[in-house]
Parts: sequence; C-alpha cells; structure tokens
Amino acid sequence: MIHSLFLINHSGDIFLEKHWKSVISRSVCDYFFEVKEKAVDPENVPPVLQTPHHYLISIYRGKLFFLSVVQTEVPPLFVIEFLHRVADTFQDYFGECSEGVIKDNLVTVYELLEEMLDNGFPLATESNVLKEMIRPPNILRSVVNTLTGGSNVGDTLPTGQLSNVPWRRAGVKYTNNEAYFDVVEEIDAILDKSGTTVFAEIQGVVEACVRLTGMPDLTLSFMNPRLLDDMSFHPCVRFKRWESERVLSFIPPDGNFTLMTYHVSSQNLVAIPVYVKQNINFFETGSCGRLDITIGPKQNMGKTVEGLMVTIHMPKVVLSANLTATQGNYTYDLTTKVLVWDIGKLNPQKLPNLRGSLSMQAGAPKPEENPSLNIDLKIQQLAISGLKVSRLDMYGEKYKPFKGVKYLTKAGKFQVRT
Amino acid sequence: EVMLIPTRPRLFSVCRNEDLKEMLESSKESLKLEAMKRIVGLIAKGKNASELFPAVVKNVASKNIELKKLVYVYLVRYAEEQQDLALLSISTFQRALKDPNQFIRASALRVLSSIRVPIIVPIMMLAIKEAAADLSPYVRKTSAHAIQKLFSLDADQKEQLIEVIEKLLKDKSTLVAGSVVMAFEEVCPDRIDLIHKNYRKLCNLLVDVEEWGQVVIISMLTRYARTQFTSPWKEVRGQSGEVMKAFYESDSEEKKGHTEEKPYIMDPDHRLLLRNTKPLLQSRNTAVVMSVAQLYWHLAPKHEVSIVTKSLVRLLRSHREVQYIVLQNIATMSIQRKGMFEPFMKSFYVRSTDATHIKTLKLEILTNLANEANISTILREFQTYVKSQDKAFAAATIQAIGRCATNISEVTDTCLNGLVLLLSNRDETVVAESVVVIKKLLQTQPTQHSEIIKHMAKLFDNITVPMARASILWLIGEYCERVPKIAPDVLRKMAKSFTAEEDIVKLQTVNLAAKLYLTNSKQTKLLTQYILNLGKYDQNYDIRDRTRFIRQLIVPSEKSGALNKYARRILLAPKPAPVLESSFKDRDRFQLGTLSHSLNSKATGYQELSDWPAVAPDQSVRNVEIIEASGSDSEEESSESEKTSSDSGKSSSGSEQSSSESELEQKKKKKTKKVPQKKSKPTAADRYSEIPAVCWSLRVTTSSFGPVKTYELLHHMTGKGLAAKYHFPRQPCLYQPSMVAVQVILSNSSDHSLEEIHIGDRSPASLSIHCFNTIERLEPEASVTVSMGIDFSDSTQAANFQLCTKEDQFSVSIQPAVGELLMPSSMTEQDFCKEQGKLQGMNETSATITMETANASSQAISKQVLSVANVGVVSSSQNNFSRFAGRTVSSGALVLVSLELKESSTALLTINTEKTVMASMLLRDIKQALTQA
Repeated sequence: MIHSLFLINHSGDIFLEKHWKSVISRSVCDYFFEVKEKAVDPENVPPVLQTPHHYLISIYRGKLFFLSVVQTEVPPLFVIEFLHRVADTFQDYFGECSEGVIKDNLVTVYELLEEMLDNGFPLATESNVLKEMIRPPNILRSVVNTLTGGSNVGDTLPTGQLSNVPWRRAGVKYTNNEAYFDVVEEIDAILDKSGTTVFAEIQGVVEACVRLTGMPDLTLSFMNPRLLDDMSFHPCVRFKRWESERVLSFIPPDGNFTLMTYHVSSQNLVAIPVYVKQNINFFETGSCGRLDITIGPKQNMGKTVEGLMVTIHMPKVVLSANLTATQGNYTYDLTTKVLVWDIGKLNPQKLPNLRGSLSMQAGAPKPEENPSLNIDLKIQQLAISGLKVSRLDMYGEKYKPFKGVKYLTKAGKFQVRT
Repeated sequence: EVMLIPTRPRLFSVCRNEDLKEMLESSKESLKLEAMKRIVGLIAKGKNASELFPAVVKNVASKNIELKKLVYVYLVRYAEEQQDLALLSISTFQRALKDPNQFIRASALRVLSSIRVPIIVPIMMLAIKEAAADLSPYVRKTSAHAIQKLFSLDADQKEQLIEVIEKLLKDKSTLVAGSVVMAFEEVCPDRIDLIHKNYRKLCNLLVDVEEWGQVVIISMLTRYARTQFTSPWKEVRGQSGEVMKAFYESDSEEKKGHTEEKPYIMDPDHRLLLRNTKPLLQSRNTAVVMSVAQLYWHLAPKHEVSIVTKSLVRLLRSHREVQYIVLQNIATMSIQRKGMFEPFMKSFYVRSTDATHIKTLKLEILTNLANEANISTILREFQTYVKSQDKAFAAATIQAIGRCATNISEVTDTCLNGLVLLLSNRDETVVAESVVVIKKLLQTQPTQHSEIIKHMAKLFDNITVPMARASILWLIGEYCERVPKIAPDVLRKMAKSFTAEEDIVKLQTVNLAAKLYLTNSKQTKLLTQYILNLGKYDQNYDIRDRTRFIRQLIVPSEKSGALNKYARRILLAPKPAPVLESSFKDRDRFQLGTLSHSLNSKATGYQELSDWPAVAPDQSVRNVEIIEASGSDSEEESSESEKTSSDSGKSSSGSEQSSSESELEQKKKKKTKKVPQKKSKPTAADRYSEIPAVCWSLRVTTSSFGPVKTYELLHHMTGKGLAAKYHFPRQPCLYQPSMVAVQVILSNSSDHSLEEIHIGDRSPASLSIHCFNTIERLEPEASVTVSMGIDFSDSTQAANFQLCTKEDQFSVSIQPAVGELLMPSSMTEQDFCKEQGKLQGMNETSATITMETANASSQAISKQVLSVANVGVVSSSQNNFSRFAGRTVSSGALVLVSLELKESSTALLTINTEKTVMASMLLRDIKQALTQA
C-alpha cells in the first residue's frame, strides 16, 4: 500500500525518508515540487497527484508536508488518515510535530515508522500500543540510557496487540485515580453583511484524560442525549449500548484521547454569542479606505465571552492601517496582509471598537469585495448546545476515582461577510 | 570514555564511516548502539551508509533489543544491494523463527521477508508456511504480510501462496483477518471462490477487526457482493414497468410479465453485509466511514443509501485533505442523487479561508444540488463568490452560474443578465470567463439576443484576454446577420490589430471574415482579402493553413472545387449548443472512494466493479458445515472459538477478548495434543476402557504428576462390596477441554463378581459428565481404574450421580477441591506481572500469613502450593517472590497466585482472578497448607 514516506519542510527540503518496500529515489518528489511551486500557498496543493509511475498522496501539517508514494490502487483516504495518524503520534510523543523536534528525535521517529507499517500496511497505530514498544523520550531516561547503554525499546509484545482492547496498555497503575472530560463545542457560522445567519451549526467533541488503575469500565451518560444528531466514536465505545440506551460505555485508553465527536442537529437554532457591527469602505479616489468594527454580546447565556479576536485578510492593495482600538491591540502584517485585532474579554458595558483609515497603493483600483471577518472567541463553562453530562460510573475496579467535567464553547469557522 | 559520546544527533554528519566502524566493533554495547543510531540517522536523511554493511551485519544476533532492531532496519534497507553479505544473517533469523517468544518469531519473519534477496525465496516460503500455522495470531498476521512481500519478490510463487492465503482466510482471529484479505487483494483478487466459505465469518468479525483491516475487507466485500447477489435496484424499475404494462398491455401479456419479474427478495447474506457495516459509519477513522459509504452506494437499495449522508457531511469537519476526497465523492453522488445532500446544502457553502480546490469542489456540489426550489438561495450565495479575491474561484463561479442557467430554464434570463453585468468587472479573468459562458448560453438560447452581442462588441476594445476576445469574435460571426452594422466594424478593427493578436484570436478573425464575406461581401470583401493576405504570411502554420483553406472555400476561382457552392452551408450551419455539465458526470464509472475515482483515471491495480449478475449464483456456496461435537479435538475447538467470536458482538466487551481467547484455545490445543506424546504408551488414553490391564500404565503417568490425594467415593460397606475411590490426575481432560479429569478406582471386595458397573442418573440434571464405558464384569478382589470427565463450571459444587451395578444403585458425589478446578498455565514472569496488572481491584484477594518455618524455602512453598492447586510455577528472578499461574478449566479465566516473603516467615499471599469466589477459597486452602507443617 504505502510504499515510501518523505517529510518535506516549508522550503522544500526532504529531511527524512522511509521506505517500506524497495527504495524509491527521492527524485519522485520533483513532480510534487513542481505543483507546489504553482500552487503558491501550500494549502492549495492537491492532496492526490499522479506521476508517470507513482501516485503521490500528501498532507500538510505543522508547516510540513508528509508525502507518501503509492504504486497501486488504494483508497486515498486510507493513506491520508494514516499520515494524519503519524503526525498525531509525533505530536503525542514529542509534544509537537515540527521539523526541529523530528530532527532531534530522528531515531525514535524512525523506529516509530518502522512499527507503524509493515510492507506498507498499518501494523500498530494505537498510541498505547506504540508506547509499550517504544518509550517516548524524556530527559532523565535519555541520560540514564547514555550512561548505562539502556534502551528505550520495549522487548515484549505489547499485550494490547493481542487483546480486544488494543487501545489500552496493560498493568496501568496510578496513585491518584482521575478521569477528566472536556466537552468542547465549536460554532461554525457564516453571517452576512446585515448580521443575519446564513449558516450555523455546532460541532462538539468530548476529549478525555483518563488516568485510572487497572481495567476500569466506564459509563458516561448525558442529561439530554437527544440533542446529538450525528457522532463518531473512539473504537473503545460500545456502539450497541449507545444505540439502545444512549450512554457511552467503554474501557478507556490510558491517557489523553478523543472519546467522541458529535454534531448538533441544525434544526435547533444555534445561539450566536456575539454580534458584529462593521463598516468597511474603500474609496474610489484618494487611495484610502475606512474601517469601523464594533462587537457586542448577543446570546451568551449569561456567561462572559473571552479570548475575542478578529482576523481580517485584507485585499493586496491595502498598504497600511491606521486604527485606534478602544480595547485590546491590533497588528497589521504587511507581507501577509492580515489584520489581527486581539480584544480579550468582552465587556457588555463598554463595547470594543476598532476604527480608523486604511491606506492603499496609489493608483490601484479599489478592491471589489470587502474582506470578511473571522471571529475567535471562547466561553468557559458553557456548552452552547446545552449538552450536559449527567454522570460517570465506573465498574470493574473498586477504588473511587476523581471525576471532572469541563465545558468550553469556541468559535470554529465563524465568518462575518462584509 | 562514556562522556566522549556526542549525544546530539546534529553531530551525525561529523562522524566518519571509519569511526562508526570502530564503534561497531568495540565491545561496549553503548558504543555499538550509539553507532547504529547514527547510521539509522544517515539512512533517514537518505545518505548512503552501505559501506558499513559488514560491520553492521555482525551485530544481527545482539542481545540488546534496541541495537538488534536498528540492525534490522539497516539490513532491510541495504540487503538488496549487498545480497551475498546479507545471506550471513539468514541463519540468525531461521533460529529466531523457532523462538518460544511469539514477538521474536514475528519480528524474525518480518525482517526475513523484507530482505529482498531472491536466493532466499525457498526459505521465505517455508517460513511463511510454518508461521501461517503458528499458535500465535500475531505471528500468523505477520505471515499474511510476508505473503505479499514474497509475491512482489517472486510472482512465480503465486500458486503456493494462494494455498497459504486460503488457509489463513479460515483463521478466526480478528488480528489476522485484515492482513490476509490484504494479501488476497494483492495476490489473487480474482479468486472470489476462496471467499465464499469465509464470507459470513468476515461479515461477523468486521466490527472487531482493527480500523485498517476494516477498510480492506469492506472494499473486498463490495466487489464480492456485486458478483454474488442480484441487483436490489431492480425493484423500482420493476414496479414502474408494471404500471406501464397495466396501461398499455393486454391482460394475458401482463400475466406473462408477472411471471418474468419475480418480486425481488434480498439474499440474507447481502443483508448481513449491509447490517454489519452500518455501525462503522460512526467510526473515528475517516477511511472506514468512506468505505462504508461507498459500500452502501454500490450495494444498498436506493432508498437506504441516504443513511450515509450525515456521516459523510460530518467528515467535512476533518482535515483539508480528507475534505478534498470526501467532497470529490459527494460531487459524484450528488449528480445522481440530489435528494441525498440537498438538506445539507449549507454545509457546502464556501468560506473565504478554504483552499482553492476545496472551494471549487463545493461549488461543483452546490451546482449539482441546484433545482427550481433552491436556485434563488444558491444564486445569492454565488453572487458573494463572484466577488471573491481568489480570481480562479470567481471564474469557476461564473461557469457554475452558466450551468445553473442552462439546467434551470426559469433562471436563464436572470443569470444571463447577471453575467452581462460582470462584463464591466475590473478583473480580466472574471470578464473573460463571463464572455465564454455567455457565448455558450447564447448558443443554447438562439433567440433574440442581439442586445447582448452589441453590448459585448462595445466592450470588445477593453477586453484583453485572448479566449474572451476569440469568443466575442465567434459570437459576432455566428450571429452576424443579427448585428449587420456592428459586425463589419469589428472586422475593420481586427484588420488593424491582426498581427498583434494571439493565435486563437487570429483564427477567429479569419473565421469572422469568412462568415461576413458570405453574408455581406459588399462591405467586407476587401477587408477579408486583406486579412487573408495577412494570414497567408503568418508565422503560425495553423493560421496559414486555415487561411488557405478558407480562401479556397469562399473565394470562387477556377481552382476552387465543388465545395465552394456549399461554403455558406458549411460555415453557417446551425450548430448544436454545447452542453454545460459537471466534470464529475461520468466519474461513477469508478468505484467510489478509490484512487482511480479521485484521479478520474484508472490507477494501476484498480479492480473493476462488476455489474450485478442477472441471476444470482448458487447461494449455498457460502454455507459452512456445522461441525459435529463428536469430531476431533481441533475441530471442536474451532467451532467453539467461532461461537465466541460471533457472540462477542461489539469489540469492547471487556472481559471477553476473543482474540486472546482464541490464543488460549490454541494453548489448550497444544496441551491436549501433547498429552498422548508424554505417555509411555501413546494409545493408552484412547483405549482406556477397553482393556483393564492398560490402566497400570495410566497410573504410572499420573503418579509422576506429584502428590496425589485419593478420596473415597463409595465405601465397600455401603456399596455392598463395591468400593470406589477417586483422585484428580491433573491432566487435561481428553473428552472436552472444559472438563476436569477424574480417575475412579473401582474394586470388588465382595465374594461374587459384579456386573454392568456404570453411571446412572446425575444431579443437577444439567451436569455434564463424560461417563466411563460400562464395565461388564468385575471379579472378586479385582480392581479397575477408569477415567471420567466432569464439567464443574468452575464451582466447587459437588457432582452427584449414581454408581450402578446390575442389581443396585448407589448415590455418590464428587466434591472437588478448588485447586483441582485449575490447570497450569505457563507464562514468563513479565507476562505474569502484566496479567496481574489487569486483574487489580475487585479481582485481587490477599492475606498476610505466617508460615511454618519448614515451609519457608521456595521449593517447599512450591511443593505446598502445588499440593493444593493444579497450577504452574512461574520462574522468578526475585528470591522473595513465588509465582504460580493457572487457568480455570471451564472458562479459562486466569488465576494468578503470588507469594511475597517478608521477614520472619510471614508472607503476603495474593490471588488475582476474575473468579473472586474461587480466589477466596483458594486463598484459604493455600494458607492452610503453608501454615501447617
């Protein structure tokens, strides 16, 4: 399936290659570079490319291209999903997925890639399993290893590989047993010029951090599971119980994982926490424009809106911005033409406002379209859909774990057209 | 010396090969390891490290696991280049293939099969065959991977490999399923006959298989189903056909029609596949969701397909690359089935932050979804897109508007007007695209549109994009009779600028000139000749060629042939309007979700999806015979493991771990098979009841199993001369693995012979006992030993039954000590600790005991514990720990006993098992044994 993998940085250097079958010359990447040149923005490189003898399937993550080479028919999503899993694993092992960190841990990375695929077919992709075979780096151990010649490679078959709960490490022990669940909801919305909602929906995810001894069997139930319209589960969730009882029953992996993602039915009207009053004008003459934005609270269920931020991709002709913000700071990046207004907490008594003039390239025609505003915001302790966890029960173990639930609402792809 | 080792990988490049060689040859493990790390660093960067091959390969048998693994990495990378040297390492792997540790066996096979050296093909073949029969499912999985490697190395092995695949396809382990289907797809995808018998098993295992295997299996089963089942889509057609007949055909004919069209009934196997894949739509793995979606698309009845919609729309929240593939597939689906995605139309609205290819695909889908009801919403949305700063996208939007205009006649005029407005747009690409689209639209609407053409002619001077200019020229030429005043003027302008124009514009100028010459030669004759003269000497031969052709065609002369008469009919023939349609229109010739679909061209190795057969092939080929319980051991086990795997339902049923269970089964199998070999007379066990004399040999074997306690079953006083004693031989029961073996010694202490000794009624009635065959006659003073098997179901409840002779019946009972309900399990200390870790909490029972001083040595402890319980000793590296492992006979639950010696002969006794009742009883028994002398 997957023949080879090349890791390529932003400037087009191949800094790692791994082959699971015979070696393929890195010159195969030239086709990719050609397309990359044309695309200008790395985001615009098509994920699937065809060359005379190979197919190139790539993802772009953390300013890196993960480029895989395949030679025969394969579901492209299979490869894409796998590549993202590789990036996730790096993130999990090293805290980030960047060129520097990969170069620093080159051997571990190589060992991981070796275990993740056999002959191009995924072998071990569960983080719990991998961690039993290849321990993540930590400073203390690497010092000890250098002194003693010890290794960071496990020598037994990870038991997870053989069991039906491959996602869970065996023999887990903690002195403090705790299980945390974060219900995070994102509002995706498009608002038009007048502030009416063109499109809005809520996407949620339940992130878990479970540190429990032994083989706990958990059941998580919601007060209002009917809200959930469509969801996907971590393989540990027993789908049949969800279908029949609407509870999440599972033996959790050890550590951090995504328990489920869900979509809240669009029939329920989505609450939009803020309104935006904006007025952006470019004048026909004088090579200048005006900008005036005010943000105020709308439906925020009595909670404070925090981390408010407005990002605007200005037209190329806008040279500079001379603005005043009543709250927070703004920056205008001259090369990327991105205006960022970092507001912070929204004070309903004193609404934040940003206004001033924009100066444009002399002689250039006025931009046809006003740039749209991308809004970022956070509301702590609130799931905007109203979803609530009612209880968490544990079976199979006799100790009493600490259980915690946190709610957070964020703006997802929240766009205001102007 | 240690401090000299540079630990930063950055310094790799500084190191010379010579230094690395020296390090590899040193006696220090740490130096060797460091050297290997650097070498692997070189490989990762794509640098050549082949020179070091001899020095590296020496370390292939290293004890250090990490070092060994790195050597493997190196070997796999360079063996192909250094075949002779690589052969040196083969014997190491051959040895490792026999290692008791399944992990080592598997990794040896992995490396051996990854070394692409043709000379070892026979060795690989042998290793694969052996591994395919290995007891560990993990090793079998590895062998499935090795099949593909060997096949790519030497395709001549195909036939032999198919045999192995056939064997592995029968495997019940979820671990193996995905990998062997993968091998099947690579080696012999056309051998659909191999699937028949395994079809239902694969469907049932599917939810429990790992994600990647699921994708491969689902795609294979999609192909399979299309060859084996009849189309579920006929139903609809059949019904409408019937309606038609009712209207137009006579009664007798209608009857005939009825007999021809049997009502469609879905094959239960077809339904099974649809039902078992549906839950996977909720998978977190996008590839799995997509594969289920394509399965439904290609196999489900039309009205069921829409259940995949929500899940596909959900995937649009995922990474950009995932969106790209999913949108491509939705684009294809939405052409045929608008209704599926129309309710989710807004999910395809474009955001300014989307990548261009994502925007274009969303646009494509929105256009496909457009209908009379939603067109106004869509057009309003398109108006926003036209203004986009991304001009390529704006151009695509204009094309989309054009498509909407042709597809929905109600909005054609609105769209046309909108497009005309765009002609005054400042952006060239937008204008150019508008012109091209307007041209196409006007062609489809050949009514009075001279106003638009005039407008375009006016704008002509300001338009610079060649394609747009060419389009306008063509339009004016085509409809020159509708704009009789403007057309010659445009031609005049073109004559002036002809030499500076692009080729495509020149061609259309020649075209316009020719058409005007035919319709309005009075005004344009000279202009045309001028242009034809310019064209004659153009640099481009296409233009020269066209000019020559046009001149011959339109200008009458002696040389011009018969065509001249028809010039007008040729050039001004009514032309069919271009069809504006989706670029995804015929993408459905490819199976959805495939690479070929994504590229819109057939990829290497693409397997065509066959059409539904008109008549379903024999359904019975998928029937699996039910194996009789009286079959041999191995058969019994396989039927049993089938039960567990199908019963286990959803993967995460926790305690029920079908894969590990199947390994347990394998272990059992191993034991039952080994027992006869251990015995001095191998056949004795099978013939125990036939010849009483053989019993002696049996007793010999049992005595070798350590202390045997004998219990009384029937006293000769109560038994009227018949006495019976029993003991537990601690052997696996030969009849059924879930039974405990019991040996009964019957003796006759009366003065007459006893006849027909057998077992009568039992209680509880459900008690499963394997009785001994009736003993026809037992002489006075004689005794006979017989074996029976009792399934105690892991409880110490007594088994009550009647021991009968010809005249009498005696109620007797066997109450097992808890320790006899176990069988030893061999495991390493490490496995023990791991298993123990899984059995914490409620599953752990412990007590501190004070032992008799005589019992304090580890041998004595072993002796005492073994006297109480039938467990195996786990070799221990710590002196103060004694560990014993066993499994319950009936359910195979692990029972782990560990004893930690503390000072002054106290010890902590811990028992870990799910069977908590057994644990407390066992604890009591062991405690008793250890505290007594």
